[in-house]
Amino acid sequence: MKYESQRVAMPYFIFALILFAGQILFGLILGLQYVVGDFLFPEIPFNVARMVHTNLLIVWLLFGFMGATYYMVPEESQTELHSPLLAWILFWVFAAAGTLTILGYLFVDYATLADVTLNRLLPTMGREFLEQPTITKIGIAVVVVAFLYNIAMTALKGRKTVVNIVLITGLVGLAVLWLFSFYNPSNLTTDKYFWWFVVHLWVEGVWELIMGAILAYVLIKLTGVDREVIEKWLYLIIAMALISGIIGTGHHFFFIGPPEYWLWLGSVFSAIEPLPFFMMVVFAFNMINRRRRNHPNKAATLWAMGTTVMAFLGAGVWGFLHTLAPVNYYTHGSQITAAHGHMAFYGAYVMIVLTIISYAMPIMRGRPYGNSNTAQIVEMWGFWLMTISMVFITLFLTGAGVLQVWLQRIPESGSAMSFMAGQDQIAIFYWMRLVAGCFFMAGLAVYFGSFFIKGQAGPAEEVRGPANAES
Amino acid sequence: MAERFTKSMARNIYLGGSAFFILLFLALTFDTQLRAMPERDNRDQITEQVIHGKHIWETNNCVGCHSLMGEGAYFAPELANVFNRRGASDTEVFKAYMKAWMNAMPTNIPGRRQMPDFNLSDEDIEALSAFLEWTSKIDDNNWPPNIEG
Repeated sequence: MKYESQRVAMPYFIFALILFAGQILFGLILGLQYVVGDFLFPEIPFNVARMVHTNLLIVWLLFGFMGATYYMVPEESQTELHSPLLAWILFWVFAAAGTLTILGYLFVDYATLADVTLNRLLPTMGREFLEQPTITKIGIAVVVVAFLYNIAMTALKGRKTVVNIVLITGLVGLAVLWLFSFYNPSNLTTDKYFWWFVVHLWVEGVWELIMGAILAYVLIKLTGVDREVIEKWLYLIIAMALISGIIGTGHHFFFIGPPEYWLWLGSVFSAIEPLPFFMMVVFAFNMINRRRRNHPNKAATLWAMGTTVMAFLGAGVWGFLHTLAPVNYYTHGSQITAAHGHMAFYGAYVMIVLTIISYAMPIMRGRPYGNSNTAQIVEMWGFWLMTISMVFITLFLTGAGVLQVWLQRIPESGSAMSFMAGQDQIAIFYWMRLVAGCFFMAGLAVYFGSFFIKGQAGPAEEVRGPANAES
Repeated sequence: MAERFTKSMARNIYLGGSAFFILLFLALTFDTQLRAMPERDNRDQITEQVIHGKHIWETNNCVGCHSLMGEGAYFAPELANVFNRRGASDTEVFKAYMKAWMNAMPTNIPGRRQMPDFNLSDEDIEALSAFLEWTSKIDDNNWPPNIEG
């Protein structure tokens, strides 16, 4: 760690991981409710548990992105953070607001929550993933703007690097697109159309910039490959992400009201969307093959490779499986969508945050070359347990989805099975998914355990001449 | 990558490509919203009651279990065509069905998925029904494929 103020990333990472554990716990509750319908009813109905599950994911990823930014930007800019105090204040504000919102979901009836938070003055609640009370949404906007101010002031006074520029562009995009969460017209079709400006343009747009920047930064640090080469790759990856992803939004416009030309546009452009993820795989493996040093933090290297592969499979392959309009006509809003969502979020965004945590956390804890060998082995067990479990969760949900489509969607009206009758038929897949989910939780526990193992790794072993001192 | 392909060329592809597609996306958005949608979403039929119904839909987090035009959770049935499926495409039949259904929840059958009792007034249920009826008439490229949603 070159700058003391980078250490402010630590509380962000720790809190992110705590929320991650909460997210998985509620995932297990949901998985059980799929097969034991009245589990925890009426105390925690499915809709409440789902809100907690998805909102925890969004909030902890934001904590992860912020932590990553606080860690990366000072070092890239070669200067201390503009205001570590502001970063700490924002941490507590965001943590308190996030916790209160989750507690509100759990302990207050949703309609009452809408009432007491004055939703009627600016109704924004009750839309998928944007369930937060309006006051929380305003809070998120304020925190993000103050955060961006702190980051911009830091970046402006120091060295301008491509990693920083791409990262900050992604974060500014995140903030600007968030404003669409406040737009909730009474016309449902307009509401849905602009709702995707937050949801799609985040995860298949600006978040890919953030992911690309974090990946590029970690690869520079781990491999010692010349910055010029890595930056060129980064530009190409994000170029393809935006070229495919912006019009690719159209794959969400097939069946919610917009005109038929979106069937073509959405299909063609989203068919290109796997490309930037494939480029990330080639990029990561190429840079690691051309490494100029064998970095002793092998766990971080594993995460960096893993995130590209899993993002390609989850976002790229599983996205493509059902993105063409004639296919999506039958699969839209089925368990196939759920399968894709799980692996894509885990591969692209959970794993990139765990990559930067794996790299930065040991350094902030005074272990500049990484954790001890034992700790790394335990961390890698966590990696494999969680990743393989997620592969199985995805496969079981895909099985459930294929069967659901076969029974409920493909037959004509009259001979098609009803939704609930179909759900009973595919229950075995939900049971298997739940078992895989329990393994995921075990993997998370192993991963957490790796943080409590003492000791550190020795200095980097040089392989091909001295590493670039400047990088 | 060949050395002739420089970083500034990559940057120009990024800047030029994203600028072009952002502009194209904005143009398509204007076309969709201003030209195409008014003919497809029957916006002249969005009454005060439909607006209130959407509000009921949102403040009770219906989308936390159900999907609407395929979006939402996949725990409970699709509702964009429930007007046709359960209401026989008839306003009065559908309202009567909705009142009976909402008041019968939760079923409390052991082991089955449960829908909470949202304590809605008759007026709220009628508004919700009007919202779902209006939704069922949106031209959404003939989705879902059959009545089961």
